[in-house]
Amino acid sequence: MKLVGKQTWIFENQVYLQAAATAVGPMETEGPLGEQFDVTYPDLYCGEGTWELAERRLMKDAVQACLTKARLEINDIDFFLAGDLLNQNVTANYIARDLPVPFLCMFGACSTSMETLAVAAALVDGGFARRVLTAASSHNATAERQFRYPTEFGGQKPKSATFTVTGAGAALVSRENSMFRITAATIGKVVDFGMHNPLDMGSAMAPAAASTIQQHFQDLNTSPEDYDLIVTGDLSGVGSPILKELLWEEGYDITDKHNDCGLLIYRPDQEVFAGGSGCACSAVVTYGHLLKEMEKGNLRKIFVVATGALLSPTMMRQNQSIPAIAHGVVLEVVKGER
Amino acid sequence: MKLRDNYQEAVKIFQPKPSYFLNAVKAFFVGGLICGIGQALQNFYIKFFTLDVSVAQHMVLGTFILLATLLTGMGVYDKIGQFAGAGSMIPITGFANSLASAALEHRSEGAVLGIASNMFKVAGAVIVYGVVIAYILGVIHYLFWNIF
Repeated sequence: MKLVGKQTWIFENQVYLQAAATAVGPMETEGPLGEQFDVTYPDLYCGEGTWELAERRLMKDAVQACLTKARLEINDIDFFLAGDLLNQNVTANYIARDLPVPFLCMFGACSTSMETLAVAAALVDGGFARRVLTAASSHNATAERQFRYPTEFGGQKPKSATFTVTGAGAALVSRENSMFRITAATIGKVVDFGMHNPLDMGSAMAPAAASTIQQHFQDLNTSPEDYDLIVTGDLSGVGSPILKELLWEEGYDITDKHNDCGLLIYRPDQEVFAGGSGCACSAVVTYGHLLKEMEKGNLRKIFVVATGALLSPTMMRQNQSIPAIAHGVVLEVVKGER
Repeated sequence: MKLRDNYQEAVKIFQPKPSYFLNAVKAFFVGGLICGIGQALQNFYIKFFTLDVSVAQHMVLGTFILLATLLTGMGVYDKIGQFAGAGSMIPITGFANSLASAALEHRSEGAVLGIASNMFKVAGAVIVYGVVIAYILGVIHYLFWNIF
């Protein structure tokens, strides 16, 4: 049985993250991880006429760079799994339109990166595919327009707000030997602790992250000590301490092991409020930065928990609370198999 | 008691508090500065163009709308807004910004269905309730001065 405990999949057959690539916008390029991304753009339009097209360009670049790194053609891919934040997942759907590959569109808000990676690993492990390409993207201006106010609107945002990352990450999952093995994934439950403030998604998502991480430890009978890094997607400066407190109360101390992609991607002086968010946040930090850290030998086993706030502006205006979800994937460095 | 047992209340200690006092001070000075510039402009228009006060006031409003729209297009007004809050939102410059930003945002969807139908997306509420409140106050004013 590949399902262990209640929510965790163990990938018994050797499943690898064969290659991964990232494309980002200007703020991410200027940030501390700027040099680690594959494709960078100096402005939000990325050479396109609209922001929606810019986001599509980013995902297209990430997919192309990923295939180039893996030395594969698109026809070598069996399935494409992707998602983004826009209504009807238009970025992913329009990218898939141009690819001659069967496609599963996925939406997990900002947890999409690990949702697609986990499902890709399951497909490959189960023998339903040889090679699965995954991608997730977000764009600051398209997300602002859809979820908040016009980009140039002069309203004041609170310190708890997050800044949507402009970028896209793509990863290729297969059974061909690579340095990074995908060993397990924990699929999250939708958790809603009744938070209502869409400008404080850290508070809304922290319980979802805590639920998935705790379940992961219980299912696999592991503890924080078994990981070099437990990294959440976009809990930011507000949600990260809440997550640590929630897990500490359940007997898990992740203080020394935890970091958050939303805190890694920008410098504190970049005026991004509580930190980065969006599908691309966990995608570009994991595929751009963390894999390189694993390559260098600084990290051996990491648990990436991408967190998503499953809200819509309509639900917020109708006074509904914010449901949240978190999906986690374990990546391990394999030595001597390369 | 655990954090999760009383989450909505207990989590507040983790949430950053808005600096109400500092925000109020910033709003006061930026808002005051905008009004001060308005008064100076009005005096200028009256003196150099020999206009009536009411005409000069309309000129000031026009000038502010033009400036705020330009600053919005140049990507500056949202930064002023983040700093000043209500100080740059309440004057007519904030209203101009809400129209211009919505128009800019939706210009990719075309002149009619994009710009025209979305332009009042943010400002529409201000107009609707501005009219409603003005009507109610007008009725109260009428009752107090003409009947009682």
